[in-house]
Amino acid sequence: MTMLSPARGTRASGGGGRAAGGGRGRRRARGHGRFRGLWEASPLTYLTLVVAIVLSVFPIYWMIVVATRTNDVVADVPPPLLPGGNFGENVGRLFDNPDAYFAKGLLNSAIASSAVTISTVFFASLAGFAFAKLRFRGKNALLLTIIATMMIPIQMGIIPLYMIMVELGWQNQLQAVIVPFLVTGFGVFMMRQYAAQAVPDELIEAARVDGCTTFGIYWRVVLPALRPAAGVLGLFTFMQTWNEFMWPLAVLNPENPTVQLSINNLANAYFKDYTLMFAGTTVAILPLLVVFIVFGRQIIGGIMEGAIKA
Amino acid sequence: MTTDLRPATGTGPPPPAPPGARPGLRARLARIDLRVTPYLFISPFYAVFILFGLFPLLYTLWVSLHDWGLASGTREWAGLENYRYLLTDGDFWHATVNTIGIFVLATVPQLVLALFIANTLARRMRGSTLFRIGMVAPLVTSTAAVAIVFTQMFDRDYGMINWVLGLVGSGDIDWQASRGWSWVAIAMMVDWRWTGYNALIYLAAMQAIPRDLYEAAAIDGASRIRQFWQITVPMLQPTIIFTVIIATIGGLQLFTEPVLFGVGTTNRMDGGAVHQFQTITMYMYDNAFTNDRYGYGATVAWALFLMIIVFSLVNFLFVRRTGGTK
Repeated sequence: MTMLSPARGTRASGGGGRAAGGGRGRRRARGHGRFRGLWEASPLTYLTLVVAIVLSVFPIYWMIVVATRTNDVVADVPPPLLPGGNFGENVGRLFDNPDAYFAKGLLNSAIASSAVTISTVFFASLAGFAFAKLRFRGKNALLLTIIATMMIPIQMGIIPLYMIMVELGWQNQLQAVIVPFLVTGFGVFMMRQYAAQAVPDELIEAARVDGCTTFGIYWRVVLPALRPAAGVLGLFTFMQTWNEFMWPLAVLNPENPTVQLSINNLANAYFKDYTLMFAGTTVAILPLLVVFIVFGRQIIGGIMEGAIKA
Repeated sequence: MTTDLRPATGTGPPPPAPPGARPGLRARLARIDLRVTPYLFISPFYAVFILFGLFPLLYTLWVSLHDWGLASGTREWAGLENYRYLLTDGDFWHATVNTIGIFVLATVPQLVLALFIANTLARRMRGSTLFRIGMVAPLVTSTAAVAIVFTQMFDRDYGMINWVLGLVGSGDIDWQASRGWSWVAIAMMVDWRWTGYNALIYLAAMQAIPRDLYEAAAIDGASRIRQFWQITVPMLQPTIIFTVIIATIGGLQLFTEPVLFGVGTTNRMDGGAVHQFQTITMYMYDNAFTNDRYGYGATVAWALFLMIIVFSLVNFLFVRRTGGTK
C-alpha cells in the first residue's frame, strides 16, 4: 500500500506533457499529431481554474477588505470590493479591547507553536533516525505501533486529558497546550521514511569509525541530511498548533487565551462589530500567510508527497 | 504504507578503540552506546503517546462507566447506565443526524470537485505552480478565522451570499435558523477549506498513472470523459479511499466551524435555538465542560470513536466496491 506517499518516485513523470513511457512514448506523442493535444490545456481549462482560484482566495480577500474599513461597510449595497484605510485604527481597537486579551493571545500562541514545532522536529527526527538506520530488538513491532497510533484522534481522549491537567495543576497553564503535543507518531513516521532514503549507510559507518557517538552521528551527519523533511514537518506542525481550537478552549481560561481563543472572545462579545472581528482574524492568520507566501512551494510539495490533514 | 522493514545495515559491531586510549572503558562505553541509544531516541515519543494519547483514550472508557463530576466531586460507579441512557437520548441522536448530514454534504462535493480540479490541473499549462498555490490558500488560514468570515457572509440581513442570491432573484435565506440550510452553510466552510488540499493529493496520484494507458485509449477512440471514468478514477482508487477515510475522521469530529457559526447565541455549544447544527463533539463538550457530566461526556466520546471506526470501514468497503467495478 502506498497510501501515505502517492507521489513518491513519480516526480519525473510530472509536468504535464512529458510522456512517461520514455523515448518510445515521446516519439509517438510527437509523431502523431492527433495525440499532441491530449494533455494540452484548453482555454476552458484556464477559465475553470481561474474561477476556482477566485472562489478559493475571495473569502480571505473579503476578510482583509472588511478589516480595513469602517463598520457601516456590511450594510452597503453593493458591498465594497477594495480595501479602505482603517486597518491601523481597527487593529488599535483590537489591542485596546479589554475582553479579547489579544496581545496575550498572540504571545501565548507564538510561544506554544514555536515550542511544539522545535520539539516535534527534534524528537521525531531522533526517533526517525533510530527506526531507519539503527539496529535494535523489537524495532519492527515498535514501528508498527507508531503507524497504528496515527489512526487515533487525540480529541477522543480530551476528557481524561483535562483530568490529567487538573491533577498536574496545569489547568490554565500554557504547558497544557504544549506538553501533550511534544512529538507525534506522524512526525516520527515521516522522518523515518525520509531518513531511510536520504542518509547513506556508508556515511554513518564512516562517522562511527571516526569515533563518533550515536548522538554525535545524529547531530553532525543525520540532522543536516534531514533538513528538507524537517522543514516541511516544522511548517505543518506550526500551522496545526497555531490553529488548534478545541483543546485550548477546554483547558485555558478566556483571560489567558491563545490567539484563536482571543478571536472567540471577540465573537462572544462583539459579534456585530465586523471590522473589529475581521481585524482580529486578519492578525491571527498573518503569520500563516507569511509562512505561506515564503514557503508556498514547500507546502505544495509536502502535501503532494504525503498527506497531512491539519 | 510502504514500510521498509529490512534491518539496517549501517551499524556493525563497535569499531576497535584507537591505539593509546584505555581500550576497556572505551569499548564498554561504545557497546552501551550501541545497545541503549536507539531506545533513548525513540522513548520520548512513547512517553508522550502513552501519557497523553493512549492512557486518556482507555481512561475515557473507565470514566464513561461512572457518574463523574469534577466541580461537584461526584464519582460513583454507574456500570452501563450511561450507555443505556445514550441509546435512548434524543439529543444525542439528533446531534448524530446533524453530524452525519453535515459530513455527507461536506465530503461528497469536496471530493468530487477535487477530482475534477485535479484532472484540470493535470493538463499541460502555463503558471501551474501559481494555480496550485492558490488552491491551498484556504488550508493556510485558521479554521476559527474562516468560520467567522463565513458566518458573516452567511448573515441573513447583511450577508454577501444572500445579496448574491438576491441578484438572481431568490429570497433571503435564514442560514442559521433552518436545520438544512445551517448544514449547507457549515458544509461549505469545510468544502472551501479542504477541496484544494484533496485536489493536490489526487494530482500527485494522477501523475503516477502511465501515459501509455491514455494514448492506447485515445487510439481506441475513447473520449476524454470516458478516459477519466475508466482509467483515472480506477487507478486513483487507493488514493480515493485514503481521502475518504481522512475526511470521515475529520468530518465526524466537526467542532470549530459549527461552534463559531453559533455566534450571538446564548450557549454556543447548543448549535442554535433548537440544536439545529449541534454536532456530536459539541454535545460531548457541552456535557463534560459546561454541565459537569464528565462520565456521560466520556460515553459520548466512546460512541463517537466507535462510529469513526465503523464509518471508516464502511467507506473503505464501499469505495473499493464501486471503484473496483469497471
